[in-house]
Amino acid sequence: MDFIYLDNNATTPLNPVVLESMLPFLKEDYGNASSVHELGRRARTALEKSRGQIADLFNAKPEEIIFTSCGTESDNYAILGTAYLPENRHKQIITSKIEHHAVLHTVEFLEKQGYPAVYLDVDENGIIKLDQLEKALEKETSLVSIMYANNEVGSLQPIEQIAKMCNEKGVKFHTDAVQAFAKHPVDMSKIPIDMLSLSAHKIYGPKGVGAMYIRKGVKLFRLMHGGHHEKNKRPGTENVAGIVGLATAARRLQNNHEEENKRLSLLRDKLQTALLNNIPDCYVNGMNAARLANTLNIRFDYVEGESILLHLDMEGICASSGSACTSDTLEPSHVLLAMCVPKERAHGSIRFSLGETNTEEQIDKVIDLMPTLIKKLRSMSPLGHKSNK
Amino acid sequence: MYSEKVMDHVRNPRNVGEIKDPDGYGMVGNPCCGDVMEMFLKIENNIIVDIKFRTFGCGAAIATSSMVTEMIKGKTLEEALNVTNKQVTKALDGLPEQKMHCSVLAEQGIRAALYDYYSKHNLPVPEGLKQSKTVKCAD
Repeated sequence: MDFIYLDNNATTPLNPVVLESMLPFLKEDYGNASSVHELGRRARTALEKSRGQIADLFNAKPEEIIFTSCGTESDNYAILGTAYLPENRHKQIITSKIEHHAVLHTVEFLEKQGYPAVYLDVDENGIIKLDQLEKALEKETSLVSIMYANNEVGSLQPIEQIAKMCNEKGVKFHTDAVQAFAKHPVDMSKIPIDMLSLSAHKIYGPKGVGAMYIRKGVKLFRLMHGGHHEKNKRPGTENVAGIVGLATAARRLQNNHEEENKRLSLLRDKLQTALLNNIPDCYVNGMNAARLANTLNIRFDYVEGESILLHLDMEGICASSGSACTSDTLEPSHVLLAMCVPKERAHGSIRFSLGETNTEEQIDKVIDLMPTLIKKLRSMSPLGHKSNK
Repeated sequence: MYSEKVMDHVRNPRNVGEIKDPDGYGMVGNPCCGDVMEMFLKIENNIIVDIKFRTFGCGAAIATSSMVTEMIKGKTLEEALNVTNKQVTKALDGLPEQKMHCSVLAEQGIRAALYDYYSKHNLPVPEGLKQSKTVKCAD
């Protein structure tokens, strides 16, 4: 079956050009970048070239980039590494209610250890409230961590303003930019971001590799112990093939991000308009936010998200659910709840996240299919059978 | 994640719909938790001659409601009362651990509809049978 893959915020297919760039380091150039011999030097050259390329994308210095295993690791290092510095012990940390669990659960972990934590509210479009941040910053704070773009609804946060507010107060600012990296370029010479997390597999690169921008002079408490890799910050033999793939993927995407963002937002808007027009009682979560071009989070009253996903899956369409019926808690998405979507409606939300492999034909197929699918599920629902009449 | 049997019931749920003027009716679950189930029974001579359901919920909720209607159609009330969520789950070749609560809903739905039947017809309600409760969302 040919899949229609609309789950690109979960992960993306590996681009063939990216794969091609990785292959030498999985085959003949397998050396350890710390070795002195020719094979080691080749690996080292590739590693440092990749570092320079990523740094260039941020208008940053190569020594400000370190490679990690994923976005989650980068987030953990930024937050725990800041909080565990002796001078920051038990100082307040500020984040938002809509962060990825890699940030949210890390801050909660610190909170249990006696660190005061503030979780900023968002408005109904999933954008954090700056006045609340300003107020929270009045208390002595070590770190603010706010995501660049939300993974579930795509809302883009006012990162530049947040960075400047933190900078004025001398508070470190970290952003989880996993969903925005290479799609929304960041110039580090203009925006005072102290740390930024990114990942390869959201931008058509391989899984298992991420990176961090750490501004020169920003100190972090060392979490992992081992060799002297990555400027003594992150021990472990470098994943050279993965890192080369990350750099290739990032350069590829950032070079054509304007064109691709435009193409994706046209497709996304087509899907959005068609669903809103053809299906009653359906609403876009974060409709009026500045959003990632590829993301559509939409809710259908009277039906449950997972049942929609299973029916889409039968047609080879891959999407994801804002509903957490897959978790043990029965709680719907924390992001939608923070946006004040009522619980029973949050359960009926699904996310379509488009990517470079999607075509207009595929979107048309989804547009054709959805009304019948929702009608079927509503006819089966005690809450929804009336809405079909 | 789901067995073939579960997916079959999600794809083609059995006995979906409603029965006008049912002899027994039950509604259980909670929309805030993401599942609500309605059961309609037609009962003749102590036998469930027809049964329909409607479910708002995930794949497991739909499959267990569909399966339980198949299991008790044509059965006596006593037999229906003895159907447990474990039997329903087993008939579906199992459910993922985090979905086990959905199978409880199917058992509760049947029992709620039977309670309604006994009490509406002034029959003695068997021990342990309770009235159904749907909780309104407190948002």
